[in-house]
Amino acid sequence: MLSSSGGGSKIRLIGRRMFIISAAKAIVVFSVVGRLISLQINESKKYKTLSDKNRFREWKFAPPRGVIKDYFGNEIASNKQVYQLHLIPENAENLNSLIFRLKNILKLSDKAIFKIERKISSQKPWDPVIISDNLTWSEFSRINLFLHELQGVEPIVSVARIYHEDSSAHVIGYVSKISKRDLQKKEYLRDMRAAGIRVGKTGLENKLDSDMIGNVGHKRYEVNAFGKRIKEVSIDQGKIGKSFRTTLDLELQKLSSELLKGKAGSVCVMDIYRGDIIAMVSSPSYDPNKFVHGINNKDWKELINHRDKPLINKAISGLYPPGSTIKTIVAISALENDITNTKTTHRCTGSIELYGEKFHCWKKKGHGIVDMRKAIKESCDIYFYEVARKLGIDRLSVTAKEFGLGKLMVDGFVEEKRGVVPNTKWKREKIGKSWYLGETLHSGIGQGYWQTTPLQLCLMNAQVANGGYEIKPRLVLNKEKDFVSLEQFVEDKKNFTDDTGFLSDIYSNFRYKALFKNQENINFVKEALYGATNEPGGTSYGSRLPKEFIYAGKTGTSQVRKFTQRQRELEIKNEDLPYEQRDHALFVAFAPYKDPRYSISVVVEHGGSGSKSAAPIAKKVIKKLLERHTFREKMFNEGKDI
Amino acid sequence: MFKSGSIQSHLTLRDKIFGLDLTLVISMFLIGVISFFAMYSTDGGQFAYHTKSHIVRFVVFFTLFFIVSFVKLNFWYNSAIPIYLVILFLLVLVKYFGLTSSGSQRWLGLYFINLQPSELMKVGLILFLAKYYHRISSGDVNRVRYLVQPLIALLIPVILVITQPDLGTSFLIAFGGMVVVWLAGVQMKFFTYLGALFLFSAPIAISFLKPYQKSRILTFLDPSRDPLGAGYQITQSKIAIGSGGLFGKGFLNGSQSYLDYLPEKHTDFIFTLFSEEFGFFGSMLVFSLYILITWRIVNIGHSVRSSFGKLYCYSFATAFFVYVTVNMGMVLGLIPIVGAPLPIMSYGGSSMLAIMLGLGIVMSCKIHKEQPIG
Repeated sequence: MLSSSGGGSKIRLIGRRMFIISAAKAIVVFSVVGRLISLQINESKKYKTLSDKNRFREWKFAPPRGVIKDYFGNEIASNKQVYQLHLIPENAENLNSLIFRLKNILKLSDKAIFKIERKISSQKPWDPVIISDNLTWSEFSRINLFLHELQGVEPIVSVARIYHEDSSAHVIGYVSKISKRDLQKKEYLRDMRAAGIRVGKTGLENKLDSDMIGNVGHKRYEVNAFGKRIKEVSIDQGKIGKSFRTTLDLELQKLSSELLKGKAGSVCVMDIYRGDIIAMVSSPSYDPNKFVHGINNKDWKELINHRDKPLINKAISGLYPPGSTIKTIVAISALENDITNTKTTHRCTGSIELYGEKFHCWKKKGHGIVDMRKAIKESCDIYFYEVARKLGIDRLSVTAKEFGLGKLMVDGFVEEKRGVVPNTKWKREKIGKSWYLGETLHSGIGQGYWQTTPLQLCLMNAQVANGGYEIKPRLVLNKEKDFVSLEQFVEDKKNFTDDTGFLSDIYSNFRYKALFKNQENINFVKEALYGATNEPGGTSYGSRLPKEFIYAGKTGTSQVRKFTQRQRELEIKNEDLPYEQRDHALFVAFAPYKDPRYSISVVVEHGGSGSKSAAPIAKKVIKKLLERHTFREKMFNEGKDI
Repeated sequence: MFKSGSIQSHLTLRDKIFGLDLTLVISMFLIGVISFFAMYSTDGGQFAYHTKSHIVRFVVFFTLFFIVSFVKLNFWYNSAIPIYLVILFLLVLVKYFGLTSSGSQRWLGLYFINLQPSELMKVGLILFLAKYYHRISSGDVNRVRYLVQPLIALLIPVILVITQPDLGTSFLIAFGGMVVVWLAGVQMKFFTYLGALFLFSAPIAISFLKPYQKSRILTFLDPSRDPLGAGYQITQSKIAIGSGGLFGKGFLNGSQSYLDYLPEKHTDFIFTLFSEEFGFFGSMLVFSLYILITWRIVNIGHSVRSSFGKLYCYSFATAFFVYVTVNMGMVLGLIPIVGAPLPIMSYGGSSMLAIMLGLGIVMSCKIHKEQPIG
């Protein structure tokens, strides 16, 4: 009975102290319950999301890219099946011997093996490593033959971009692996990082990339804490990218490319009413397929170090002084500004002294008495020195800009250059010097500071050919049919010979801008260009075409260096000069002469004179173009333009 | 109340069965059943090793619980010192013959069970100190001479367990012992002195430890030192519990546990798994059962006449409550991960054995509450 004796106070003390403990317990109970409420009720949503994030991993895969077709539906860039070989390291029994076997079967280089091994060590053992993303059929079948001995490898059939021919390489561009810069520039790529996805780098591939790339598909797997796939939860096939039909004619692309073979230069063809770019070819070309799976170093060096810069799209990035092709604009500007009239004559003796400098005509003996029509037809430099002198550079530059020079032609082509339309203000700002009068004279014949792209010249010429209306070049077919009505308008106008201005008002107010004050001036220039091609003495008379294909064009020869007096006296022939010093040959034309539809510009770098090397190319392209006209119209009339 | 003062030295088996606290027994049984389901889930929805052995252990130890409770309280009073000494001897054996697992030497490999003596010490120390304070008069409690013996009895096992190293268990052992000392009426100032002494001696004690032991302790004190260890576990546990929501993801549907995000899911984190699958209501059910058990033990302590019985029941109730809340606080991210199992639910033989023994002695107090001690 020890416990009971004298234990009363002891037991009371124990009870008191237990009471304190119980109070403390109550606090603990509340905090545990409170925590449960906070986690499982208040923040439950947040933790559910976190749990799902834990649980699922997505493997993204690239969708097939949209196809690019020409106007007639021929594929220019499409997709082909490719055979890929993936290796999942953790599935391999003996990784080293497997790699050794693959090396023998696929004849991989030591460097390639080194890359693969580095890749394997940099990622998780269950993540696939791409051994090859483009196996040939024989490699693929050899792998399949030995497959039972190659545990851990997976042959996979996938799709990749294919370009069917080289002539359109520049305008279409190419796709390649995503770079850091692409990720910065193109926001939509950020959630598109799928294995094997390619992004457009240049040309239309780049411009239309966000639409053509499609939606990335994904496989969703449940994974465990170590990242190993447990089971496939869902699969989304992604969406094939949007396909586009372009305004290009693949036949013309091929022909132009053929004609430019061995030369550096470009051909541009445009519908003068719709602005459709029917051909845009740059030479020399390259094989865009090489970029799809990563170009090898040797090929890359070759492209980069090539004298004629094959990667440059010369039609929109090549800058050339327009030479005599600018004379149509000089004439229009002078006539529009009432500086001169078509009847004014000048005497050409082969050269002229002005401002203490001697200015030469291309024809040493001179043209004699020249009026404006003859000056355009025979491309008399002396006449245009005189016109330019009176016109002044600033007024000339306004007209030139109106006709499209110095502007970007096609949206979304990062590689396109704007060029230079010189004037006094431009020179002050960019060069920091004031304008010399002598420079006006050089500018009057398209030399000096001018920098134009072949596509700009093509558009400039198109806007002369269509009677002086502004058009906008386009490469991709869309629903805007603005220029259809321009065509209709020009047609209608012929029936209103005594135009009261009513029709013009309606159209010009609502549809498009007329670039002239007096259309007679435009028509005069067009008629003079007829003479240049179809009358003896005209600069491109040698490249004229028979009756049904009659066209009108203007040659141009732009100097890349200044002649010294001595060279002039020695009459050094262009062909005798080093390649880099030879003149660029230019030619712009519209066809057919009567009722024109198309404008063309041809530039041959260091090709000598426009009449000798550029016009003959244009002649062949025009012939083909006109032959295919009815075919193209048929497509258009069947409403297949959209 | 029974007839006061009457000495019932001979209770029949029937008396003993009717003397059982039914609420306590049913609560224990329910937790046992819940733990079967939880264990079944950790086995991936299969009736596999952990489930089987957990059920066997529960059945064996639950039977042991009844046996212990039918044994006279006087027997437990008299054997308190030998029991303590045997467990202490086992702890020393662990030092030399113990099995090492994940860097800690805690187990004795007996042929039928891997015994973890530190778990048994949780109960053994309470039993020992309850007897000690039962024997001395309330006037002596605060005399320094009478403080030395309990302090030594407490420190030896705690130090042995710390150096295993097993901080969680040593803390729980120490806590159980301190509660007895506190309830016995030792003045607050002694606890203050002890606390101060601990604070000053801890850095010196740590400097004697081996590097890996040191790093474990430092990680315990600052979990961010080891973000993928303790921090990762807490984060994943919180995600699992939080994502359970009000009603849970459903039995066998706890993705966090299934996909191995949960560490130690059948031992320390069993509550996390259960909470993920059964949500807030499930968690509250389990927690309520534990509170109910605690409350019943306190209630039994209330009705026991001897101060030994009172000291033991109150202390064990408090210790039991702390085992539960430390485990829950840990998995809920309220306190650092210390490695403390959830009584009855966690997989582990020694832990369950200790709890069942402890509860058995509580029940023995209830059945034999009128019997004299000594």
